[in-house]
Amino acid sequence: MDFFDRFAVPHPSFAIYASMAAIGLTIIAVIAGLTYFKKWGYLWREWLTTVDHKRIGIMYLLSALLMLFRGGVDAIMMRAQLAVPDNTLLDAQHYNEIFTTHGIVMILFMAMPFIMFFMNFVVPLQIGARDVAFPRLNALSFWLFFMGAMLFNISFVVGGSPDAGWTSYFPLAGTEFSASVGNNYYMIAIQIAGIGTLMTGINFITTILKMRAPGMTLMKMPMFTWSALIANVIIVFAFPVLAVLLAMGTLDRQFGTNFFAMDNGGMDMLWANIFWVWGHPEVYILILPAFGIYSEVISTFARRNLYGYTSMVGSMVIISLLSFLVWAHHFFTMGQGAFTNSIFSITTMAIAVPTGVKIFNWLLTLRKGKIVFTTPMLYSMLFIPLFTLGGVTGVMLAMSAADYQYHNTMFLVAHFHNVIIPGVVYAMLAGLHYYWPKMFGFMLNERIGKWTAWLLSIGFVLAFMPMYISGLDGQARRMYTYSESAGFGPMNMVSFVGAAIMAIGFVLIVYNIYYSTRYESRDISNDPWDARTLEWATHTPVPEYNFAILPDVRTNEAYWDAKKNGHVLFKGEFEKIHMPNNSGIPFIMSCIFFVWGFSFIFSLWIPVILTTIGIFACMALRSFEQDHGRYISVKEIEETETNLRGA
Amino acid sequence: MKIDNSLPLEYSTEENSLKILGFWIFLGAEIMLFATLFATYFTLENRTGSGPTGAEIFQITPVLFETILLLTSSFTVGLGIHAMRIGKQKAMISFFSITLLLGLAFLGVEIFEFVTYVHEGAGIQTSAFTSALLTTLGTHGAHVTLGFFWGLFIILQIKKRGLTPQTTNKAFIFSLYWHFLDVVWIFIFSFIYLKGMM
Repeated sequence: MDFFDRFAVPHPSFAIYASMAAIGLTIIAVIAGLTYFKKWGYLWREWLTTVDHKRIGIMYLLSALLMLFRGGVDAIMMRAQLAVPDNTLLDAQHYNEIFTTHGIVMILFMAMPFIMFFMNFVVPLQIGARDVAFPRLNALSFWLFFMGAMLFNISFVVGGSPDAGWTSYFPLAGTEFSASVGNNYYMIAIQIAGIGTLMTGINFITTILKMRAPGMTLMKMPMFTWSALIANVIIVFAFPVLAVLLAMGTLDRQFGTNFFAMDNGGMDMLWANIFWVWGHPEVYILILPAFGIYSEVISTFARRNLYGYTSMVGSMVIISLLSFLVWAHHFFTMGQGAFTNSIFSITTMAIAVPTGVKIFNWLLTLRKGKIVFTTPMLYSMLFIPLFTLGGVTGVMLAMSAADYQYHNTMFLVAHFHNVIIPGVVYAMLAGLHYYWPKMFGFMLNERIGKWTAWLLSIGFVLAFMPMYISGLDGQARRMYTYSESAGFGPMNMVSFVGAAIMAIGFVLIVYNIYYSTRYESRDISNDPWDARTLEWATHTPVPEYNFAILPDVRTNEAYWDAKKNGHVLFKGEFEKIHMPNNSGIPFIMSCIFFVWGFSFIFSLWIPVILTTIGIFACMALRSFEQDHGRYISVKEIEETETNLRGA
Repeated sequence: MKIDNSLPLEYSTEENSLKILGFWIFLGAEIMLFATLFATYFTLENRTGSGPTGAEIFQITPVLFETILLLTSSFTVGLGIHAMRIGKQKAMISFFSITLLLGLAFLGVEIFEFVTYVHEGAGIQTSAFTSALLTTLGTHGAHVTLGFFWGLFIILQIKKRGLTPQTTNKAFIFSLYWHFLDVVWIFIFSFIYLKGMM
């Protein structure tokens, strides 16, 4: 029995047993459903082994939506616990686990795959390419991310969740203060997902640098592609730092090394420093592609070209450089001294300048535009004022002397939600509505979409504005309850109401998908938004090879030119097209990674050795395999093109 | 597969040049990986707790051997690529084999060095300094080990399939990797060993 004891949850409660049962039932239902409808073969051929960037993108989207609800449930539980003073809905340990997993799930397993979805689906189409540079590596990236996310998610029913915050600072995260396997899950699950992300970074830089359509110079790339390029450069330079950090954390927890220990020369602040050397660029990995989406949406629905293209690119480059030079602002109060704090204060405030440039560029794009208020545009218009508010409180936090008042209070929590929700989440939702017709051949319902946008915004303001006030009054973050005499009660109750309204908004998104799938018209053109860039120039649904003839590009709005100025995009005859073959290796290898990670977390060394051999065997197999891809013949292309044109 | 004969074989298809650029970007990521390890090492260098300091455990003889072995192997892999460019398959395989043998010898000396450290009471759990030292050296050693098997597989493939656009591309990328490990070693030699011995 001793062997099985380790898998038990350290602090069981009814909620955890209920989720355990729910997970079990869902798995049984999925397996039964697939068997009943005989879909195993379809699943394997069309999805699990696919190397098509569009399908991989859609799988990222599904994972992101799933994780949005997992993280959202955590959020609503936290708000419910804090809604009234001295609440006993959750105990301290459970609360610790929930704020930890909420942070990690939302940043790494919701926002990241959402960004990856846009990059996968949009970038190759926008640059007029037929796939990414390394399609099979792309599949491996996705499956590693997915297995990492799943491994992290089983933590709360097998062995216990991490409970030291999403930053997982040592010594709290060390074995002395966090004895359960929870923080092993943190180290290993994020490591596996991080390897996938790093490979995506390499893949997309190569794709964007080498596979653009003829005539598309760097300064003629659509803005979303620019933002994806810069985000991927940040990924390549930031994620190895995370890999080393997590490896050192694993060594400290499971092999008794002394990197972050309190004795034998260890240095606990080393964790905080390296964590934020990765962690701060990470937030720009999220926000830059979000800015890219806003740029596309705003110029499309203002019916104008983007104002200040060059300055947009320049400010993103400056943001990417500065993002690596601000990490110490996360711990101004930890005693680095006035000189160091001043330097990091200044670099932090400097980021507000290029960001401000971007805000003004969007405003000037709107000026004299013929604005069309569609759902994506509504999200963008709500983004500008709300995000600016978050940016201004960011500058407040950047002042190191004043930070002693704000540090680790709800003020900070309000600030980063105020930039992440209107900044990243609204962009994701705007992009979801914007690209939905290109993916599935019908629009999402506009009326429900606008209701959702307003509900989310009202909920957002109610949920997070009170936190600024209670934070300034001294309510600490990560505190599982407070006494009535503290006077935080009413503010937190308003927050809870706001969170509940946001929850309704998120449920409406799912309802909208259901409703539109059933009732929305399938009779839409390839270009329902009257958009400007190349992804709208191909058919809907997008054929496997994206473009039958590679487009010829003259400006950064090639498709707009074709529509308004008579530019001919597709010149020449059909030629046979080379495409990569599907492969099961990425999926199988990632499954082995999952078992490897699970065994590693529980220090089961024999399975760890076996699965390590398995992983290298997959790599060796790939090395010896000869796969030259396949060709789509001219005849097949002609048939596909005729069918799509007729439909 | 369009083959452009004006370019060296390893660059001759579009896929090949994509792979080479992708690998350069990967090496950029590797630089960040080792930079993080070096930053950690320099932070923890003097935090030896109750364990030994660098000056007490570093010995110049095995380190010099390792340096000479690895630098020579970088030279021979260069000769191998030269032989590949002028189409001499046998010479190339010989140079690659010598490279891998030198790599193996390097690993042998490194393992001997690690065993000595542990005997002298400088294990990975001793102090923050030894943790950082052995993790940094170990990461480099693990890269060399991986490189050994990778190189071996490439030799086998070239023996079987000859010098094709695919095999030469793999061999060229492997050579980039091997040179990179050499560059990392030069930093380890200068800033960990020589600095520690001063």
